[in-house]
Amino acid sequence: MIRFATLFDTLDRTTKTTVKVAALAAYFREAPEADRLWTIALLSGRRPKRAANSTELRTWAAEAAGIPLWLFEEAYPVVGDLSETIALVLPPPTGTSDLPLAAWIGSLIALIGQHADIRRRAILDAWDQLATNERFLYNKLITGGFRMGVSQGLMVRALSQATGHAETELAHRLMGDWTPATTDWAALIESADPAAEGARPYPFALATALDDPAALGEPAEWQAEWKWDGIRGQMIRRGETFALWSRGEELITDRFPDFAPLAQALPNGTVIDGEILAWDGNRPLPFARLQKRIGRLNVSRKLLAEAPAHLLAYDLLEEGGIDLRSLPLAERRARLEDLLNALPAGLPIGPSPAIGFADWEALARTRATARAEIAEGLMVKRLSSPYHVGRRRGDWWKWKLDPFTVDCVMLYAQSGSGRRANLFTDFTFAVQDGEALVPFTKAYSGLTDAEFNEITRWVRRNTLEKFGPVRRVPPELVFEIAFEGIQASPRHKSGIALRFPRMLRWRRDKPVTEIDTLDSLKALLARHS
Amino acid sequence: MSNVSGNRSDDLLERVLPGSILCDMANDPVLTFTDKGIFCPAGGFYIDPWRPVDMALITHGHSDHARGGHNRYLATEAAMPVMRHRLGAIRGETLRFGDVRRIGGANVSFHPAGHLPGSAQIRVEVGGEVWVVSGDYKTEPDGLCEPFEPVRCHAFISECTFGLPVFNWTPQPEVMAQVNEWWAANAAAGRTSILGAYSLGKSQRILANVNPDIGPILTHGAVEATNRVLRGQGLSLPDTVWAGPDITAKTHPGALVIAPPSALNTPWAGRFTGASQAFASGWMAMRGVRRRRGLSQGFVLSDHADWAGLNWAIRATGAERVFVTHGYTQVFRRWLADQGYDAGIVETEYEGDEGETEDDIEVVE
Ligand SMILES: [Zn+2]
Ligand SMILES: [Zn+2]
Repeated sequence: MIRFATLFDTLDRTTKTTVKVAALAAYFREAPEADRLWTIALLSGRRPKRAANSTELRTWAAEAAGIPLWLFEEAYPVVGDLSETIALVLPPPTGTSDLPLAAWIGSLIALIGQHADIRRRAILDAWDQLATNERFLYNKLITGGFRMGVSQGLMVRALSQATGHAETELAHRLMGDWTPATTDWAALIESADPAAEGARPYPFALATALDDPAALGEPAEWQAEWKWDGIRGQMIRRGETFALWSRGEELITDRFPDFAPLAQALPNGTVIDGEILAWDGNRPLPFARLQKRIGRLNVSRKLLAEAPAHLLAYDLLEEGGIDLRSLPLAERRARLEDLLNALPAGLPIGPSPAIGFADWEALARTRATARAEIAEGLMVKRLSSPYHVGRRRGDWWKWKLDPFTVDCVMLYAQSGSGRRANLFTDFTFAVQDGEALVPFTKAYSGLTDAEFNEITRWVRRNTLEKFGPVRRVPPELVFEIAFEGIQASPRHKSGIALRFPRMLRWRRDKPVTEIDTLDSLKALLARHS
Repeated sequence: MSNVSGNRSDDLLERVLPGSILCDMANDPVLTFTDKGIFCPAGGFYIDPWRPVDMALITHGHSDHARGGHNRYLATEAAMPVMRHRLGAIRGETLRFGDVRRIGGANVSFHPAGHLPGSAQIRVEVGGEVWVVSGDYKTEPDGLCEPFEPVRCHAFISECTFGLPVFNWTPQPEVMAQVNEWWAANAAAGRTSILGAYSLGKSQRILANVNPDIGPILTHGAVEATNRVLRGQGLSLPDTVWAGPDITAKTHPGALVIAPPSALNTPWAGRFTGASQAFASGWMAMRGVRRRRGLSQGFVLSDHADWAGLNWAIRATGAERVFVTHGYTQVFRRWLADQGYDAGIVETEYEGDEGETEDDIEVVE
């Protein structure tokens, strides 16, 4: 555990990816194989089953610390993390341990299903042998949610440095249903795996934000499409290999079992760039529906039925095993449509429609209807352009809608967690409804640390009431909130819910009397739903 | 400035003030809580008031306790020089630790709080009833200031900046060993070490305990100015060099730079190219706070009592009534009530010197 805790501390103390990758790579070279395997498992979201639930952990920790449970519960929101709160309240350990990570995990797995007394004894014993930073990680092993500030991509890069295997190949090897109990280092990482070698994606072509389309010149030289609000993905079928990559080059094949039929239906040697969307049979569903599925390793049948995934294809990058990326977009697009038209009906894939337009003004009018189409705006691409590597200014543009904004006043402030544990960063805002103020949204990002510092001092001096970590403050500070969408929501007092609300500006210039009204938000809702 | 305590009849502080003539000593509590600060009706004085008053007794020189604008000040001998440095020409008198001064109907004395050199708890006795105001305090001796002494009292007004059971300090020798190790490793790698520490108290505590053989020690102007004041009153600190504009990582390779936290990650710190930056504060106990500051290293070193220290100190006073201020007051009050104390909260405008507010730091450059 000491080696693993040292790795974690190194990763935690730096924001430099080079340092993180180097530390991980060294760990993958030096740690015992079983520890390496578990580290990969943890960093890719696999964890042992819970040996104790959160209530048990809190109770046992409070007991060991000699404090009442209510006091533990008061400290928890201040720290913002259960594992850390437990690590901090416990009395200093009376012993030490040099057991490796895998052995600790083994002992936790052995506890599953045991009587509470046995689990309690074992966990109290463990706490008594571990230093604060080790305890924190031990608790994380139980509660899950291991992040360590390392994406799967970074982990794969480090693994690639340590083993000499290509990153894309490793990402493919790490897919699927393995656990450290069902495989070993040699089988997972070192054995020959032709399917993994075939999964290699192309770098995504990216677009630049567009302000004024008139600068693009002749409309006939351009193709417009909706900028869908989903997950950009690259689908690959090469022989027995079928892979779906996200734009972050994360392999997400397993998250979307909906696409499994395409593994056979797509012709051999096909690579498609498109947008993964939740689909109602004919058109996309709002992003919120897809969001429910993201982050879940195992998607339930119910979710699959509620929000079936669909790929709207933008581009064809490889056909019959031939790299098409240097062909002009118009040519790739024609081949894409031919390929998709030749597929049997009923598959979860289709072309993202091209939008015809006579002039830029007509296109601007189309763009204004994007929200009704459940799109974020438009993509404008030069018909003669190749499929660039990364972002290359000039050929691909995104022409997004401006966000909605509302001026409102802060009613409640709550301290942040994690990085901002001793600052007030989470605010609840209200708009006017006649004489009253109605809370309608929360937001917690968009300001600078200096502004959060200043607001934190103000909140401390102006607290009217405290409810746990929440403080009620006088309605004096006015903010401009930006958001991407608005929905009716019977669960909220205001009757509305915002999508992606964030603070655009602290409006020191604006008095509370000039904030927006609930009526104006309801009118917005009526126009956009 | 008079350093003589005791019974001089012409002493300005001994005159009975108009306010206290009206007070009813039998019924008034020894101390009351007003919108100007903690007030003693029998003595007509305030303790660490935050609005201008006639007579202010000051526990220590941090800016949330020693504010400008009062007519007269009374503090310990060791606290006064910094107050004069920070507040300019003030009308002040000093008292030695333990000496008793009669002010109106109250007997007043100052007792070591262990927070920084000269920092005091203030004991007020009226008609046999004793109340003590803790100011800021820590219970672990730090090798620099007068160690905390519990004072028996009936009512204790205690700070509780770190009044939650998640705050449990590692003993200073271990933390200082971590600091030395960090500095030595940086020096060996040719890196400057910049350590953020409050310019009054924490900086000198680190100076007094760090291993000066590792390399040169540089100071930010705000720290150096405070060092000068404290050296002037006889405190012994290792040699430091003010990091003026000509001083860089090249002129002093492998140096330790002590600077106020507000100087971290600024252009001022930027001249020490490639430096490792760290912050010494009780708040560094929390991972989230360390990460918010974007620091590679945090040292958990506080000039306030931790959970065990607060509980120990309160018990040691023998007080039955405890008022808490300055921190997690609601939770800590409830905890004390659970332990059988008659516990209350005093709303004060002390903001803490531990990074809750960074107003405390005067950045000189
Ligand atoms: Zn202080
Ligand atoms: Zn203070």
